[in-house]
Amino acid sequence: MKELSLHILDLVQNSIRANADRIEIQVTENIKLDQYCIEIIDNGCGMDEETLKKAIDPYFTSRTTRKVGLGLSLFKQNAELTGGSMSISSEPGKGTRVSAIFGHTHLDRPMMGDIAGTIILLAVSNPSISFRYRHQTDSGSYCFDTQEIKEALGEIPLSNSEIKHYLEDMILENLKSIHYSN
Amino acid sequence: MEKVKSLADLKKIRDEVQSRIRLRENSDRPEKLVQIKVAMATCGIASGAKETLNTFVEELELQAIDAVITQTGCMGYCYAEPTVEVTLPGKDPLVFGYVDKTKALEIIEKYIKKQELVDGIIPVTYKTIDE
Repeated sequence: MKELSLHILDLVQNSIRANADRIEIQVTENIKLDQYCIEIIDNGCGMDEETLKKAIDPYFTSRTTRKVGLGLSLFKQNAELTGGSMSISSEPGKGTRVSAIFGHTHLDRPMMGDIAGTIILLAVSNPSISFRYRHQTDSGSYCFDTQEIKEALGEIPLSNSEIKHYLEDMILENLKSIHYSN
Repeated sequence: MEKVKSLADLKKIRDEVQSRIRLRENSDRPEKLVQIKVAMATCGIASGAKETLNTFVEELELQAIDAVITQTGCMGYCYAEPTVEVTLPGKDPLVFGYVDKTKALEIIEKYIKKQELVDGIIPVTYKTIDE
């Protein structure tokens, strides 16, 4: 994966397969601690202790179409390459939380990439799931909640191309304001 | 295009966009629509499935073709990612492999609009090595 946003897109697929109807994506940048944290929290079916232990094994998957499950292991590897780490906590019936810390200024940290496009794509192709994306920096924070957006839009679907572009711009503008406000 | 930064801005442009929306005749009957599933597992995403999905969403909207576009998991054809399953109304689903942006446009132009077959169909008889 070349971008962190692609990792997010990939890991959210696990939450979708776990039948989550509420998925939170939290990005926290802390320059002082040199940390770039990504958390994905869902209210899906969760995992028991045994499955949780095997979750980061690249040769374990709950799918039947193939024998490998690389999403979490690649994410963990990328975090560790930057001096960081990844952890997963989960409880059957309650949901799962995947957290990774990357070295913010580490040369090997992939760039975030097209996070606005990723969030909108997830929202458009999974209309029954609520997504909440929160991005925090030392200068402020921004929260994009698809439930609020749907309420504001009324009958207009998120898949409307005009709306999609407005929403992508909205996320980008707000991200700019929390990155360059100093 | 005016800038939208907040929910209040979004509400302001809502009516304007609403007036341009065409009502879909079959929106309550998905079996009458073209159904497209893009495989979005690790293998698909790493091979560019995000761009493929975006191409279908934007191009079908642009050409006013009513379709239901969704994501799906790995279909087991990791070697041919990005893979896409297309179901035309009343027909069996077809799975296409190596669907980049150019192939996606070709599928729309030839298969979806004219029902002509295009290269890249993964045969239903294909089995993975363990089967």
